[in-house]
Amino acid sequence: MTAEIIVVTSGKGGVGKTTTSASLATGLAMAGKKVAVIDFDVGLRNLDLIMGCERRVVYDFVNVVNGEATIKQALIKDKRHDNLFVLAASQTRDKDALTQEGVEKVLDDLSNDGFDYVVCDSPAGIEKGAHLAMYFADHAVVVVNPEVSSVRDSDRILGLLSSKTRRAERGEGAITQHLLLTRYNPGRVALGEMLSVKDVEEILGISVVGVIPESENVLAASNAGVPVILDDNSHAGQAYRDTVARILGEERPLRFTEVARKGFLQRVFGG
Amino acid sequence: MGILDFLKRKPEPTATVAKERLRIIVAQERSTRGAPDYLPLMRNELLEVIKKYVNVDLDAININVERDSGHEVLELSVALPEGKSATP
Ligand SMILES: Nc1ncnc2c1ncn2[C@@H]1O[C@H](COP(=O)(O)OP(=O)(O)O)[C@@H](O)[C@H]1O
Ligand SMILES: [Mg+2]
Repeated sequence: MTAEIIVVTSGKGGVGKTTTSASLATGLAMAGKKVAVIDFDVGLRNLDLIMGCERRVVYDFVNVVNGEATIKQALIKDKRHDNLFVLAASQTRDKDALTQEGVEKVLDDLSNDGFDYVVCDSPAGIEKGAHLAMYFADHAVVVVNPEVSSVRDSDRILGLLSSKTRRAERGEGAITQHLLLTRYNPGRVALGEMLSVKDVEEILGISVVGVIPESENVLAASNAGVPVILDDNSHAGQAYRDTVARILGEERPLRFTEVARKGFLQRVFGG
Repeated sequence: MGILDFLKRKPEPTATVAKERLRIIVAQERSTRGAPDYLPLMRNELLEVIKKYVNVDLDAININVERDSGHEVLELSVALPEGKSATP
């Protein structure tokens, strides 16, 4: 059994890659899979905060690549799920600290350790870090916001995914591309102020695997260090649950993409 | 246009403008994806040459790189302005 490698990428920064990586990894673990989630953002470690394990980081990704620690020593076990592990990014400023061979070795080790999924949280840009995060991937989640620069960048990334990955180079079959539209605001879409799901799908020529609404609960979740997918009451959390289920092959209709209609009582009594 | 017309005219929703702009730029970038890096520069220089004869904008020049079995074809098309004769 080899691990399935999923890269979470986007080109543009600040669109929700780390938020998505944390929720995707947690969601896969909730589905009973053995999962590792790796922060590829060398120099800007953040995934540990979003996962709530920042005070337990001893060794990082670069330590493992350099042979200063074993993968077992560096993996941080999640507090909430026994089958979920985090590998933190290094805080070094040396952008060349990661090498292709080093990354390959870590992914092979995880595969041999019986991991079902490895989620790679990509840094922004299309430079070395982003390239390394996507190079070994079997699947990609391309995170996009309904906004012009993000949509254009994601088209760039989709192009790179189909040409600059190991699968593409070896002719091993295309990597599965999932488009995830996040920070979606149905109210603004209805007013004609924001690109709609359909607009983004038409421009990029691929359909979405999920739509995550813009939600206050995302900030609350990151404040607490609890991936938002664990917030059952939030629309963002529920939308991430749907998305993970779809990635695992289930069919679920999109939710939270229309302006919420007020319930009968709310309409009568206001609020 | 009178001031009333101005008040009555509904502005085009910004999302529609965004979609149209993206449609064009994405198509253009896809057509030159994986093409040599000198392409944008070459496009500019070609524009300078063409401008000696016809007054056109940069976006009137379309460059396309086609790949089929082993060789690449560089396609260049220039949309000429209607009814305009060349500037000397
Ligand atoms: N669905 C959402 N609703 C509201 N805020 C969000 C949402 N997704 C992400 N954010 C916020 O956007 C910012 C960037 O998110 P992050 O996941 O760090 O992006 P990236 O890793 O792509 O740089 C964070 O402040 C995060 O809380
Ligand atoms: Mg990030």
